Amino acid sequence: MPWPAPMSSSRRRFLIGAGALAASATIPNALFAYTGGSSRLVVVILRGALDGLAAVPPYGDPDYLSLHRELAIAAPGSPEGALALNNTFGLHPSLSFLHERFGAGELVVFDAVASPYRDRSHFDGQNVLENGLAKPIGTADGWLNRALAALPRGGSGRSGERAVAISQNVPLILRGEAAVISKSPQATPDVDEDLLARLADLYSKDDWFSARLSEAVQTEKMVDGAAADSAADSTAMSKASAKAAYPNRVGAVAHMAAELMRSDGGPEIAVIEASGWDTHANQGGAKGLLATRLAGLDQGLKSLADGLGPLWPQTAVLVVTEFGRTAAVNGTRGTDHGTGGCAFLLGGAVRGGRVIADWPGLARAALLDNRDLKPTLDLRSVFKTVLDEHMHVDANTLAKRVFPDSSGARPLQGLIRA
Amino acid sequence: MQAEIAVLRFGLGARPGDLTAAAQEPRAWLMSQIKGPVPLAVNVPLAPSDQIFAGLLAARDERQKMKQASAAESADAKVVFNAIREAYQPHYRAQVLARAQSAALTSRPFAERLVHFWANHFAVSADKGVVYGLAGTLENEAIRPHVAGRFVDLLTAVEQHPAMIAFLDNQYSVGKDSMAATHVAARFRGADSGQPKRQFGINENLAREILELHTLGVNGGYSQTDVTSFAQIITGWSIGGGKGRLAGGVPGRFYFRDNLHEPGPKVFLGKTYTEQGQRQGEAVLADLARRPETANFIATKLVRHFIADDPPPAAVDRVARAFLKSGGDLPQVYAALIESPDSWDADARKFKTPEDFVFSTLRALNVSPAQPEEVIRTFDLLGQRQYTPGSPAGWPDTSKSWDGSDALMHRVLWASRVGAKYESGVEPADLAAAALGAYARPDTLTALRRAATSGQAVALLLMSPEFQRR
Repeated sequence: MPWPAPMSSSRRRFLIGAGALAASATIPNALFAYTGGSSRLVVVILRGALDGLAAVPPYGDPDYLSLHRELAIAAPGSPEGALALNNTFGLHPSLSFLHERFGAGELVVFDAVASPYRDRSHFDGQNVLENGLAKPIGTADGWLNRALAALPRGGSGRSGERAVAISQNVPLILRGEAAVISKSPQATPDVDEDLLARLADLYSKDDWFSARLSEAVQTEKMVDGAAADSAADSTAMSKASAKAAYPNRVGAVAHMAAELMRSDGGPEIAVIEASGWDTHANQGGAKGLLATRLAGLDQGLKSLADGLGPLWPQTAVLVVTEFGRTAAVNGTRGTDHGTGGCAFLLGGAVRGGRVIADWPGLARAALLDNRDLKPTLDLRSVFKTVLDEHMHVDANTLAKRVFPDSSGARPLQGLIRA
Repeated sequence: MQAEIAVLRFGLGARPGDLTAAAQEPRAWLMSQIKGPVPLAVNVPLAPSDQIFAGLLAARDERQKMKQASAAESADAKVVFNAIREAYQPHYRAQVLARAQSAALTSRPFAERLVHFWANHFAVSADKGVVYGLAGTLENEAIRPHVAGRFVDLLTAVEQHPAMIAFLDNQYSVGKDSMAATHVAARFRGADSGQPKRQFGINENLAREILELHTLGVNGGYSQTDVTSFAQIITGWSIGGGKGRLAGGVPGRFYFRDNLHEPGPKVFLGKTYTEQGQRQGEAVLADLARRPETANFIATKLVRHFIADDPPPAAVDRVARAFLKSGGDLPQVYAALIESPDSWDADARKFKTPEDFVFSTLRALNVSPAQPEEVIRTFDLLGQRQYTPGSPAGWPDTSKSWDGSDALMHRVLWASRVGAKYESGVEPADLAAAALGAYARPDTLTALRRAATSGQAVALLLMSPEFQRR
């Protein structure tokens, strides 16, 4: 049975009403007693290929303006100019929260970075980003799930799920042997307890359904617990006002991630997805389509930081996309699929305030296939470093199991505060 | 078990009586459905795409005039956005309702599933503003007429449909040596204003996705050079209606704009195409539709959809050979699928997508939605808002993409609401027999018998493992 039987029809409601004290008496101890490894990791996947040359404008590169033309972001100091990072790079003016965190030493900006994938299909590109291999097919599980299996156990020997996908279903990066949960911001209120108990019985001979139902019920409890906690916290916003404060989708998803991670026994790792980056036409510059998306992302990351609150100093947030876009504007005031792009590592645990880029330049001869920013850093190097320094996954496991065929992608050093 | 497989896996789920009707000759029951066009099974007046698109253009003009009159510059994007929503919303809602009604009521459920399969193969997404009111028209106008015809006709109809052109941005893709580009360049050379503000060029989105997603598949042997060349070949494939350089053509219909087209012969996949204008792109599509990579890619997707997440190679091979041998005659392709022994493996079952789940529920309960809100709210809840796969790859077609624990909880919630709504007048055991036939497990029948209410019995039936799979 997925949870202790018999179950009265009012049991769940009772748990919600009575809060954590009652919960600890009826729920397997491992789930709630765990205090955990202290590190928290959030991976944000930007699906559709973010234009790195717009998000992190290389305003100091002499070829930038002539290639990116009306989509280029002007140098810092000009009207609607970039937010300065150093003499070469800036941030898109929509990314004001990220810029503030850069100043606070909590953001590393990577540029001319890419996964090992070199063709230009979104779907294969996302597969490589998530499967951790050098090619789009070859495994049905994701690198973060393989890393999960290798995480050191928390102080009290935790056995529950340690990662959550903030969506109804689990994306490739988190699929695999290690159990994970999924939870979308969309609530499932008042599912009848009696029906759930009968379904648990009906599923008892079907492991597949049985596992999912018990995960779903546990997740609901975690959410209810988190809601009860924040209601008890006089400074916390009510659900309604939280919703009003996070009007865009990234914000709502980030808020859900933070709420779950802060809950008692909540996951240490969360994956968030955001789409809408495939800007083939009318991309816009300092204002317009992409600018609006970036502002939504920036606010979403702020919601995450605010929501994590006291956990922020032990948090690292990786923001990645499947590839970059063409260096030159296309015929429809947009950009087509490219290769090298940008990535962000954000959080209180991050040793930031730096741009890490072995910049190849945008001169014609320096471009990949005469069109794309040439990548000089493998994203897997970043992933490995974060998993090693932040999540304490053993380096040998990282090289062999989590990222096989990645010997060329050597770990960096010192991305996380000691 | 063959009737169950025909009706539940190949069809959209059983309406009362379907299993009996298919029992005699399950294969013949399937084959009889794939002759001729597959119109919507309900007779509702849906506006055609040209009318919808022309309505959009008019609304946009109107709003822009209003905006200029009021000089409210800050409202800019929002005003246009609202114009699109208002012009499009009734059409989106009508299309979504008609689709659900057709799925609920059709007596050709295998053909209807094939319509859905191809609409997902040639996916457009209504969450792109300009596509919102047009998404359903691609399915109804380009797919339904050709679903039991030749692949090349289906392909050409889709790639020349305004919804596809707009979704993948081809309408303004301009050849560098086209008449329009040459004309503008000459004008700017005359003035000494330096570079022209706007650069003309191609947009490779449609060309790439035709190769990667519609025909050859991502490993189909083409290069970036082929993508670029194909994009040049289809410059000028556009939509009628517009201003200035874009005047001409019937508003909202496919229109070949000769002045945007890159002239001259072009090399694609090692072959030189010397056709003129629109014919050049059509010649490429005709060749793509005949290639073994295309046959293999389509066969793999069909087998994945109808048989198993990991397509059995023997079935893929059989279907691909039928595709090549018949020159892409789709009924012969479907026949090969039906004749594959793997199709009749009673254990190889697919986990239903939300769409499968909702449509099979409507059929099992013998009901059809009356209001678009019902359908829209349902798919919002279950995470498959109609016509919004988000990406041109369409909705994923494997269990792993739909089997999250949170997704399951949403299904339970919906099933309990459906149960409450259809509580009266349903005998659960009869319902199970009509909906699942021999697939109904004794455990499930026991659970239905012991249910507290008939509404709860309906919810248990819908959430039973055997109903959740097809």
